[in-house]
Amino acid sequence: MAMLSFERKYRVRGGTLVGGDLFDFWVGPFYVGFFGVTAVFFALLGTLLIFYDISQGDATNPFAFSVNPPSIKYGLGLAPLAEGGTWQLVTMCACGAFFSWALREIEICRKLGIGWHVPIAYSFAVFAYVSLVVIRPLLLGAWGHGFPYGIMSHLDWVSNVGYQFLHFHYNPAHMLAVTFFFTTTMFLGLHAGVILAAVNPGDGEPVKYGEHENAYFRDYICYSVGPYGIHRLGLFFALNAGFWSAVCIIISGPFWDKGWPYFFDFFLKTPAAIGNIAY
Amino acid sequence: MGSYSSIYNRIQVRGPFDPGVPLKHSSDTRIQSKAFSYWLGKIGDPQLGPLYLGWSGAASLAFGFIAIEIIGLNMWASVDWDPYAFVRNIAFLSLDPPPAKYGLNPLVPLGDGGWWILAGFFLTSSILLWWVRSYTRARALGMGTHTSWAFASAIFLYLSLGLFRPILMGSWSEAVPFGIITHLNWTASVSVLYGNWYYNPFHMLSIVFLYGSTMLFAMHGATILAVSRFGGEREAEEIVDRGTAAERGALFWRWTMGFNATFESIHRWAWWFAVLTTFTGAIGVLLTGTVVDNWYLWGVKHGIAPSYPSVYPSFPIPDEAARSVMQ
Repeated sequence: MAMLSFERKYRVRGGTLVGGDLFDFWVGPFYVGFFGVTAVFFALLGTLLIFYDISQGDATNPFAFSVNPPSIKYGLGLAPLAEGGTWQLVTMCACGAFFSWALREIEICRKLGIGWHVPIAYSFAVFAYVSLVVIRPLLLGAWGHGFPYGIMSHLDWVSNVGYQFLHFHYNPAHMLAVTFFFTTTMFLGLHAGVILAAVNPGDGEPVKYGEHENAYFRDYICYSVGPYGIHRLGLFFALNAGFWSAVCIIISGPFWDKGWPYFFDFFLKTPAAIGNIAY
Repeated sequence: MGSYSSIYNRIQVRGPFDPGVPLKHSSDTRIQSKAFSYWLGKIGDPQLGPLYLGWSGAASLAFGFIAIEIIGLNMWASVDWDPYAFVRNIAFLSLDPPPAKYGLNPLVPLGDGGWWILAGFFLTSSILLWWVRSYTRARALGMGTHTSWAFASAIFLYLSLGLFRPILMGSWSEAVPFGIITHLNWTASVSVLYGNWYYNPFHMLSIVFLYGSTMLFAMHGATILAVSRFGGEREAEEIVDRGTAAERGALFWRWTMGFNATFESIHRWAWWFAVLTTFTGAIGVLLTGTVVDNWYLWGVKHGIAPSYPSVYPSFPIPDEAARSVMQ
């Protein structure tokens, strides 16, 4: 049995949202539940569709495998399978699998009697994905604006769409998202560092606890946000990174169709800047 | 369901001021400036201070102050000491590195980039002294130095951008300028100048670790907040003496994705992801212009970037024009 030494007493009945006791069981370490069944269905179908679509092409390099969205000419309609229809089905499967996964996490939280923070956090990542392949294509009027599913092709898409707006670094929401990504990573390095430092103090030293973690950051930077606060801060910054990433792509096109560097021209028209900047 | 605060503290506990655990071996004592902040208390611990200064902290702050003075006064001089123009243009003002004609000459006229070299020297000294401080503060408390080595990875990226790569390229002009908009413009330009950094594989790795770090902190922060009703935020205690918070946190991930970290190992995952973000980024910086001139063409050559049809006629660049641009 794939059970940890303490696991048996936690494997109790209940906490399901849908289906009562019907799917309330485990397979190996995995909890199943109604949404486990739907998640497996969508994930399996989506994966098979991806391999089907790849098999119809002639690419042999895995880096070049790609399931491409339909042409813009199909607008918001359904496309033939060979011309992007598979991409549309894969997108539906992905959304179904991601929503199922979030709901399954809620069932597991209920079963363990813990807060719903993880499924709420996960929903921010799902929102960022849905922004790219559903919300923005809907606003632009064609599924062809979604990104292709391929190792290199999705990176090419990011690069090409970024430079269609001359330079994405000048997108103010992108700036915010990047700042949140960098700051989250810095917080993560500091937090992980101090926890490892407390419990791995070196030969002959006793293990340290919260009061030493607080003392370290107070000595070092005059403030310790505390063991509860750092997790709230890290979660808040991480979710903002995902949220502003979603915003930065939704506004690109539907709400701003020029190069992003031109966005800051408004500053040149303010009294603060007139006559001061020579380009 | 129990009541717990997720976004901000509804109740602030104001116990007596915590003066900090005794220092094992330090010549100085802490500065016991006692302060509580209501607004910091909204998100975390309301206590501000105490602070340990010490020689490395004092020297670091002094060197940092000198660096910022050099940068600020040069910016102010660039608008003829007009205080109004200085404030209006602050975002666009810049202290630039010396032009390419000086190469790596350390003796550059002050007005032509010499001040940039001095500012870089003082800022680098300040950062390295702050690193010393991160190390000595950990040792004085009898703790490991994991935070210092994570910080060292970030310093490695900073030095790669401002010192190591310019040395490899043989010119200070390759370095980053000091300025709010100008350092952002530099970042945007360097990507395009070297043929699109998206196709730099170490840039790819750095982004993977940056996104991975953010995902890990979302997963970890959310897990700890979710089990905080069982005291899960006391991580060191849970590491050495596992309680129900650690067990529930582990089982959540085991049941969700078939695998779980422990309360200690999640911090090892986190530490490596954060450290490798800046470390792989630094390698990507050091390879640019030294080993690879054009990351897009490098990607085409190695089969990871698509090649697009050549739609522009070949355009010969006269030697003279090319040489004047290179100056």
